[in-house]
Amino acid sequence: MALMQGRFIDNIGRVYTIYTGGFLAFIILMAILEQLGVGADTIGILFVAFTIAIYAIIGWLSRTMEVDAYYVAGRQVPAVYNGMATAADWMSGASFVALAGGVYFGGYGYMAFIVGWTGGYVLVNSLMAPYLRKFGCYTVPDFIGTRYGGNLARLCAVIVLVVASFTYVTAQIDATGTIAARALHIPYHYGVWFGLLGILLCSMLGGMRAVTWTQVAQYIVLIVAYLVPVIWMSNAQGFGVIPHFTYGEAASSMTKFEAMYGLNPPLEAIKGLSVLTTPHTGPVGDYAEWKFVTLALCMMAGTASLPHILMRYFTTPSVRSARKSVAWSLLFIFMLYFTAPALATLTKLQLLDPSLPTAIIGKPFAEVASLDWIRNWSDVGFLAIADQNGDGILQLNEFFMRPDIVVLATPEIAGLPYVISGLVAAGGMAAAMSTADGLLLAIANALSHDLYYKMIDPKADTAIRLVVARVLLLGIGALGALIASLQLTGILGAVAWAFCFACSGLFFPLALGVWWKRANREGAVAGMVAGFGAGCLYLYYVYTGGTPWFGIDHLRFGIVGMAASLIAMVVVTLMTPAPDEEIQRMVDETRVPAGPPILSAKH
Amino acid sequence: MSANDAESAKDRYWAKTRNLTIVVLVLWAFFSLVIPWLVGPLNKFTFIGFPLGYYMIAQGSLIAFVVMIWVQNWRQDAIDDEFGYGEE
Repeated sequence: MALMQGRFIDNIGRVYTIYTGGFLAFIILMAILEQLGVGADTIGILFVAFTIAIYAIIGWLSRTMEVDAYYVAGRQVPAVYNGMATAADWMSGASFVALAGGVYFGGYGYMAFIVGWTGGYVLVNSLMAPYLRKFGCYTVPDFIGTRYGGNLARLCAVIVLVVASFTYVTAQIDATGTIAARALHIPYHYGVWFGLLGILLCSMLGGMRAVTWTQVAQYIVLIVAYLVPVIWMSNAQGFGVIPHFTYGEAASSMTKFEAMYGLNPPLEAIKGLSVLTTPHTGPVGDYAEWKFVTLALCMMAGTASLPHILMRYFTTPSVRSARKSVAWSLLFIFMLYFTAPALATLTKLQLLDPSLPTAIIGKPFAEVASLDWIRNWSDVGFLAIADQNGDGILQLNEFFMRPDIVVLATPEIAGLPYVISGLVAAGGMAAAMSTADGLLLAIANALSHDLYYKMIDPKADTAIRLVVARVLLLGIGALGALIASLQLTGILGAVAWAFCFACSGLFFPLALGVWWKRANREGAVAGMVAGFGAGCLYLYYVYTGGTPWFGIDHLRFGIVGMAASLIAMVVVTLMTPAPDEEIQRMVDETRVPAGPPILSAKH
Repeated sequence: MSANDAESAKDRYWAKTRNLTIVVLVLWAFFSLVIPWLVGPLNKFTFIGFPLGYYMIAQGSLIAFVVMIWVQNWRQDAIDDEFGYGEE
């Protein structure tokens, strides 16, 4: 790396090509070792350890003591690479580990996450990213604080940001813990701390610059790890190497298998594990369509308000490249999201289709119980089979699984070599770590820049600011790991909450800040307080057993929050005087891509 | 160019940008809200072997989003260039 010092940006294509080649060579090396008889455990450990070591090296090489580099990677990240970094930042443990499992068990209803987490980028591109880039802020509260003026608005934004991101980050640390526990054979609560260590290695020294370049590396690992097993499995089942356009028959046949085995609840439920009771392809039950649309809307508005995503677009050189990089981001994200339903369908087919050798449903109970993968996952309590009707045959409602493990277990279910399981573990780790990095940085930056520097000690010099940022990073990470180790809610549940918190409090103040010149400070504060407050109260109401209104349950409380936010913001704005001329001119400037940013560099 | 001309150029620029954004948002609402609502009826049709409704929420709408952003950026770049705001 030393021979490219200072010219890393010029060599970036070459660096990542070499890196990708090296990673592929490592996979092949592992496959050879497996053939030579090296144990599965060793291979799993090597995969996870090797990839984390690479990220840590990148983190170390990107260390910096400059404010601009620490907060916005020096604003020189090319659009394509920022797209990759955003994709890794975005695709969390939930997308990688839990999404296909959600589709497997939830069918139609869970596909709202897929539509929501891609469609949200249309909002990011249309309403937010180019304008926030033009503004030239370091953090999202920086925009709110400058556009509306005053410390109160800034403080409200910081609070919403911290609550949303912190909810999200505990889920990510939870995911790293789950993967580390399985891959390294250590107890979950050690896995959590091990995961945190890896995360901090990437972000502590180099801030946004280090996180950017590790995220690009992590994207490459995670997308390879996601696609390889699906392609392999699909090829083995005769759907060709690109299953996305050919698995239609498998999707259509699900109705047949569902009728054959029956979608019945288990005779005796097992806590924390699920059986398949939802049809694969279509809506069922009251409010099914309404629930889909409300969940998708919360996820989309949440995407456009989550600070760790928006701040990625502060790192590009220009407004145009910010837009371009949103387009790249969505393309890279799309690669995984249109694969997830394919993965869920093919895995289900493996288990259900009696003509495949891997099928287990309808097979003699004792035979299934002796399978290696069933035993491995039962041992850690993530899977269970129980012959509850005593007929000696495994029925569909006697096969219990934690939805989170579908992706991780798929290679073993399909009988792929262990090297693939190791690869998937490394991919899941990359996904969870990259998101956790982005989130921790968003929180620490908001607290150090907006709370400490802008509100508490505006005279603080650079060195102090960056030390404060790092200490906060460490403290918040430790707190996140502590809470994650309590395992309060599932991975996907916690993520949905984070999106709802973000869209309740921030969506309208951010969007209207650009799109409605009349919007003023009082309105924005009212919008944030009312939206976030209403969202929290409603969440508390449903979570403690209140009857949801129109099926709006705890996953989609953002609908209530956003409605309250919009009404409060519009009403209060119209009741109070319009913002002064200087602010109005600032909004005009924000809308024009050319010219200097609103906030000066190194503000 | 007088200050007034510059102001009216800015206004025209913003009107064009806003119209483009509205078109994109209408398409966005169609693919993200209307289509998922109709999955049940759409599933009666088959598309390359898939039930059509399932296909749309698993792939179709996603492809539409990707295409929309690329087209939007291409149009927006053209608007920027027309008003001389395209310089980096």
